[in-house]
Amino acid sequence: MQQFVNVTLSGLTQGMIYAAFALALVLIWRSTRIVNFAQGSMAAATAFIALALINAGQSYWVALIVALASGFILGAVVERVIVRPVEGGPELNAVIVTLGLFVAIQALIAIIFGSSFQSFPTPFGVRGFTIGDTTILLTPTSVYIIVSVLITMALLVALFRFTRVGLAMRASAFGQEVARLLGVRVGRMLTLGWALAAVVGSLSGLLIAGGGFIYPAYMDSLIVFGFVAAVLGGLDSPVGAIVGGLILGLALSYVSGYVERGSALVNVSALVILMVVLLVRPGGLFASSTARRA
Amino acid sequence: MSESQTPAPDRPAGELIEEAPVTATAAANVPSAQATGGRSFLPKSTLLRHLLVLVLCAVGAVILLEITDPFTNSQLASLTYYAIAAGGLTVLTGLNGQISLGHGALMAVGAYTTALFLQTERGEEPLPLPLILLISVVTATVVGALVGVAAARLHGPYLAGATLALAVGLPGLAVYFQGTFGGDQGLRVRAPQPPDAFTSFIDFVSGNAATGTKWLAYVGTICLLITYFLLANLMRSRIGRTWRAVRDQEVAAELAGINLGAWRVLAFVVSAAAAGLAGGVLALVVRLAAPSGFSLVLSLSLLTAIVLGGLGSLLGALLGSALLVFLPPFVTDLGGSFGLDNTKAAQIAPFVYGVVLIVAMIFAPAGFVGTVRLRWMTYRAKRAAAGRATNGG
Amino acid sequence: MSLLAAATVVSTVAACGGSNDDNGGGGSTGGANEASAPGITADSIKLGAHFPLTGVAAPGYSEIPTGAQAYFDYVNKNGGVYDRQIEYIYKDDAYNPTNTSQVVNQLVLEDEVFAIVGGLGTPTHSAVLDFLNSEGVPDLFVSSGSRLWGEEPGTNPYTFGWQTDYESEGKIIGQYIADEFPDAKVGLFLQDDDFGEDGEKGIRQFVDDQIVAAERYTPGNTNVAPQISALQAAGADFVVGFNVPSYTALSQLTALQLGYKPQQWFYSNVGSDPTLVGSLLQRFSQGAVSDASLLDGALTTDYLPTVDEPDNPWVQLFQKVWDESGQEGELTNYRIYGMAQAYTTIQALQAAGQNPTRDDLVEAIETVGGDWKGPVLAPFRYSADSHMGTNGMSISRLTGTSSEEVVPVQTTDLENADIKEYDGKPATPPSSGIPDEPAFK
Repeated sequence: MQQFVNVTLSGLTQGMIYAAFALALVLIWRSTRIVNFAQGSMAAATAFIALALINAGQSYWVALIVALASGFILGAVVERVIVRPVEGGPELNAVIVTLGLFVAIQALIAIIFGSSFQSFPTPFGVRGFTIGDTTILLTPTSVYIIVSVLITMALLVALFRFTRVGLAMRASAFGQEVARLLGVRVGRMLTLGWALAAVVGSLSGLLIAGGGFIYPAYMDSLIVFGFVAAVLGGLDSPVGAIVGGLILGLALSYVSGYVERGSALVNVSALVILMVVLLVRPGGLFASSTARRA
Repeated sequence: MSESQTPAPDRPAGELIEEAPVTATAAANVPSAQATGGRSFLPKSTLLRHLLVLVLCAVGAVILLEITDPFTNSQLASLTYYAIAAGGLTVLTGLNGQISLGHGALMAVGAYTTALFLQTERGEEPLPLPLILLISVVTATVVGALVGVAAARLHGPYLAGATLALAVGLPGLAVYFQGTFGGDQGLRVRAPQPPDAFTSFIDFVSGNAATGTKWLAYVGTICLLITYFLLANLMRSRIGRTWRAVRDQEVAAELAGINLGAWRVLAFVVSAAAAGLAGGVLALVVRLAAPSGFSLVLSLSLLTAIVLGGLGSLLGALLGSALLVFLPPFVTDLGGSFGLDNTKAAQIAPFVYGVVLIVAMIFAPAGFVGTVRLRWMTYRAKRAAAGRATNGG
Repeated sequence: MSLLAAATVVSTVAACGGSNDDNGGGGSTGGANEASAPGITADSIKLGAHFPLTGVAAPGYSEIPTGAQAYFDYVNKNGGVYDRQIEYIYKDDAYNPTNTSQVVNQLVLEDEVFAIVGGLGTPTHSAVLDFLNSEGVPDLFVSSGSRLWGEEPGTNPYTFGWQTDYESEGKIIGQYIADEFPDAKVGLFLQDDDFGEDGEKGIRQFVDDQIVAAERYTPGNTNVAPQISALQAAGADFVVGFNVPSYTALSQLTALQLGYKPQQWFYSNVGSDPTLVGSLLQRFSQGAVSDASLLDGALTTDYLPTVDEPDNPWVQLFQKVWDESGQEGELTNYRIYGMAQAYTTIQALQAAGQNPTRDDLVEAIETVGGDWKGPVLAPFRYSADSHMGTNGMSISRLTGTSSEEVVPVQTTDLENADIKEYDGKPATPPSSGIPDEPAFK
């Protein structure tokens, strides 16, 4: 029983981490129709900036804010300078550009910050809560992760549903001409989309790092599972990203915990889950009617 | 990804839609020889023309392999497996418009098949190498057909996600079934000894030593030439034209009675066959089939190779693969000659690679072959226009 | 070529004839240096290696070649080997066998190294095993404890292991548990590859009936909560980890989250880098953990001195070498590992003689390698019948930032070989810091 509870809780926390990353991918997909493979490297870069500040004696929260701000700037600069020239061109070219960014930024982190393991602090404890005399695998840090991701999701839903900016961003992504005719400054919206996505990505990078350790390639496995989670959820829906992340996190945790040598089967299981879902719903779980045409 | 070339009302950058297909597939849409036939010295029949090119390439390959040093031989051997897989992928992505981030996994299928069939008890002779490679192709084709059936229903990022999961998932099976596939350590591959005919051939041609490295480079080259010959004919055939129709004019093709799904699966199967052969060659050249050799990096490298070289063009796939093989050691050596220590020089290589990808996509969005071809067509069009102008005036 | 080389080295004859203990090669015959083999010229020896310098496996492992480089620089500054400077080229394979095969091809065919030294990793190095042996390139001191490197010298005559193999390590740990903790419920935390498998095999020889759970993780999958909580659920109170350092940190963190406190943790040598793991865990110790260090009290095995023994003369030597090298960073156990490997390499090169062929180098290691003294605690098993590396380990307890020996060096071998206490004395470094082995012929 205790084992079941712990495996479940570990899956939940892990799922929320996938979801955080998936949210960033959804945001960028919604606002620019590009899958950003560089998201992981960009997030890692901001995490290293945060760590440099913490090592210089700043508090976690100052470092967090600076990291998110640098994520915003990084996202905007990347869109303006690097992605803008290939936007509207063949889709594959944008994919290749983000792959190039992914490789280049990761290499740059290694050159600047070195490639050793470095521990990353968390503002909350890492001991599980106790119920009676048993400790369960739910720590203050995992509560912090879960709450942050849920708040981020809520903010994103609100942004797209209730604000003019969100509407303008979606319009810019779906039909530039129409949006332009309606007076939307399309270029600015695309930049804003990238910048916000980089902020969310940066947040996920910091949440994953907290209470663990980072190195230049630490986001690599997250890119895969985050992307799978986003596709599971339908790529277009922040709620879908959370649901996709949770399904993936829980399923992988059960496979790892209950199948003999299950840890080796984790990647295969992700493939099977995704294939089953996509065979039933080719546009993901929360596909909107237009998603298939995307 | 097939929608990328379809003018859809919800696409961003609407004003670019008209140009997008032209740029994207500039490399693929070669004006056929017949169109320029009047001035061509080449035979009119596609098959004959390709045979002639094949013979010329074979001669060229022998010369190249015999005038270069052993290390370049080994690099060319690596080039062949990248190029074979990229050739198949460029048919799938360039001609048929389906993206795959999972071809590394299909290469793993071919590599493990080759490794398993080459593992024999002491004293026992393995099957002949061509047969083993053929079996690898068939195995990868079967897996490719399964994946293709699932993939035919998917589009754009969903297909990318599914194939990405394939790239990471499939090698995991080799770890799990370690009894058969050797686990994380993988299966070591002992390439068969070169036949005597090969030794005497090399002796006759150049008098160089017929080393194991050279033999593997020749095996890879032969596989590469056969693959490209078959693919080139396929691309020129009715099948190739149907693939383009499925990519560019989905609705029209469907109205014309073309079964879109079946043609998409066929494209996947063909590219999987090439990936299987590439995997077999990789196992021989690397002398190992291990999960860590088929990481996501491999799949992504293949994709970058075909886009950089020029989507839909076999020559582009070959040039893109050459970049994968020759760029990293070049940058590392360059870094070393600028006085960087070995660690820093090694870290510079991926940085330069990433920057090259970005710069190439910004300044040559149609890839190398596509950009050259576009320039050439623009130049010809201008000359023709100028000619008309002077004649008219 | 050899004529030319012979002509140009006349000027160095004098220096060579006067070779003394400082520049190594005590067995110098006073003859001229010749370009006796690929990678050897009158005044240089080229060595190559492959390591993960970028990517997921780079943290930690990428420090090993910097240590080796520092030691070779030190030797070069003090006259080299037989007046030859060592040129050490290490290349990045990103822990991908496909890359390993390419870079080793480059090292052998283009750079024409005399030997490959310390290539890292089991899957990576197996990709080049046949190539190096068929080309006749000495393949010394592979950085991995797999049995592949030394078990079959008949099949792989040019390859030599170096560190204690994982199976022997498992046996030494297993016997210790059987002797000292006969009632312990043993849980195993294993990496799912040959490393974990060989270690498990060794341990099970002694405590098969005490093992209550064996949990395996796959490298790259950083969520080990299912494994650790399974160990907890099985009631394991003595956990043995055959894992890499990052997973030592992960297992400790997860145990902390779960409130899981087995009476004893035992990490195999590979995973027990206390400096690294300690610095990783330190941050969470502040406030969150009351102990000074999570790893405090954990047991581990050693076949080399470590940075937490600042009084050890070998560590002092390596500290001096590292400081003189002027490279970035601090002395770490990875760097000590690289330097110790370089030390053995110098011994091999000296023993091979003044103008060695590649086969001379192999023969030298087979003939006299078993007698070498150096930083490695127990002797190597090198002979014509075995190319396995060192055969023994001590067991020590980590206490804060240092460690204390619990069991002195034990020696054993694969399969059913007995475990014996090593009766030799620990070696001390020569005053020059450079070995001085006579030529074996």
